[in-house]
Amino acid sequence: MTSFLTPVGSAPAAGKTASPGRFAAATSILEDAVPAGAGVGFKPDHLSAILDDPGSVGFLEVHAENYMGDGGPPHRTLERVRLDFPLSLHGVCMSIGGPKPLDEDHLARFAALCERYEPGLISEHLAWSTHEDMFLNDLLPLPYAAETLDHVCDHVDRMQEVTGRRMLLENPATYVLFDNSTMSETDFLAAIVARTGCGLLLDINNVFVSATNHGYSARDYLKAFPLAHVGEIHLAGHTEQEDDEGALLLIDSHNRPVADPVWTLYDEVIARTGPIPTLVEWDSDLPDWPVLRAEAESANAILRRHAPSAPKVRHATPA
Amino acid sequence: MPPLPDPAPIDTDAFSAGLLDPERAAPPHVTGPNGKGAVKRYNVYRNNVTVSLIDALADIFPAVLKLTGENFFRAMAREHVRAHPPRSPLLFRYGRDFADFIAAFEPARPLPYLADVARAERAWLTAYHAADAAPLDPAELAAIPADQIAGARFAAHPAFAVITSPFPVFRIFSMNRDLMDLAPVKMDQAEAILVTRPADIVTVSHLTPAGARFADALAQGLTLGEAAGLALETDPAFDLNGALTALLSAGAFAAVAASDDGGD
Repeated sequence: MTSFLTPVGSAPAAGKTASPGRFAAATSILEDAVPAGAGVGFKPDHLSAILDDPGSVGFLEVHAENYMGDGGPPHRTLERVRLDFPLSLHGVCMSIGGPKPLDEDHLARFAALCERYEPGLISEHLAWSTHEDMFLNDLLPLPYAAETLDHVCDHVDRMQEVTGRRMLLENPATYVLFDNSTMSETDFLAAIVARTGCGLLLDINNVFVSATNHGYSARDYLKAFPLAHVGEIHLAGHTEQEDDEGALLLIDSHNRPVADPVWTLYDEVIARTGPIPTLVEWDSDLPDWPVLRAEAESANAILRRHAPSAPKVRHATPA
Repeated sequence: MPPLPDPAPIDTDAFSAGLLDPERAAPPHVTGPNGKGAVKRYNVYRNNVTVSLIDALADIFPAVLKLTGENFFRAMAREHVRAHPPRSPLLFRYGRDFADFIAAFEPARPLPYLADVARAERAWLTAYHAADAAPLDPAELAAIPADQIAGARFAAHPAFAVITSPFPVFRIFSMNRDLMDLAPVKMDQAEAILVTRPADIVTVSHLTPAGARFADALAQGLTLGEAAGLALETDPAFDLNGALTALLSAGAFAAVAASDDGGD
């Protein structure tokens, strides 16, 4: 597994010519790399506010599927923001955690977006969302065992092969466990990294949500997490429900500010790793731009506090 | 001694079967921490799947929602989601059979125009994501020699669609998507909708039944002469020049070619 070890945050892979035309001018004046600063999940509602606020965030992340139509206004929007911002392309429907081979049509669409928009980072989830040909539109959980590990590694290999890039795999927020799991989530992720050469997207809200839901320590989980391979961090808000026995059950809802304990865990992680590209996700009950911008600024303050003194270096994940 | 847990990997059949079927028990091997019950926990996934797909339909069909009200819409959408879950991970393609579902949905019978409004809304989103193409420049049509014009054939723009209805679907659609002020409509007035995307903005225009037949015939690749004949069959007073000008300015076509045989 050496062919797609493009370091996280690097320019497009060597040997890949930048697609001519649309971004030729942009790539000559802008770095494609996603910087080790704070970014936000891009929502078209914020388009004009973001364009009027240059330099407000270090990068934007989009859900790849929203730009998989043949043409039309979504592509005009993404072309426009790509001129001003480095991009992270985040897939939510690849179903990497399922037992069946990946959907080759969907892979081809994802690869086409990589060619067209030259994202500095690409990522997907340790989850499944398609069963047979039925799309369930949720990030569904899987047991952690030898056979599921084989499936996931095959799928990560395939996605890296088709895109020609190193991908980041995101740890999930889960509400159930499986009594046939034989490995911890962190061991499972470490094994995927070792076998496929992929990097990891550490979602610290997901860590906090899962740890609360399953009664373990988020700090212990993060101690066991292969932090050296983290190429991006996600932060988001969650909501509270109750489980079968009335205990607190957190829902990864992305509709609120990042919670205080998640900020604390983030600070602790960055203190250990140094700056890493960090994304604030907010996907429903969208706030006005200044609110989201302030969340990104809170992440930036933590990143600055733990930045090595000059000269500033980008975090790069060891290959 | 209880048997050891089955080492088989995830049973996605069982896990997914229950997601859209509230009658089913939670799947095997699913548990809370320390063997705690997981029914409410599994229901989080049930709720995420069902609610997110209902929300997707609500986003695609806002006029249908407005016409039926939120509660009716969500109940109808829930039945549709359970009977016809999406087959593509691209949710902007979802709901292509929702209009047919509405047409057969007994409680929606008092709103007989509802399925046609749904067809228009589905066509709107398809147009929004359709491939990019420059609309035909009317000068290209003007450049065709007069003796060949009747044989000219058009290529529809990728965003082009025509929705016909025995009801005033253009006004019902427009009023319920805040494109037109609310006003009374007579239900016996047949209208059609032209969906196009000139200048990359999805646009809906009113077509008469004859205008719809004309536009549809041209989009099917019939010659201008043949299409005009069909429209005149529908309405002897059909205004050919006016209709063609309106289609051109709406960006209905991507290309035109003079017929090889000089027309027929």
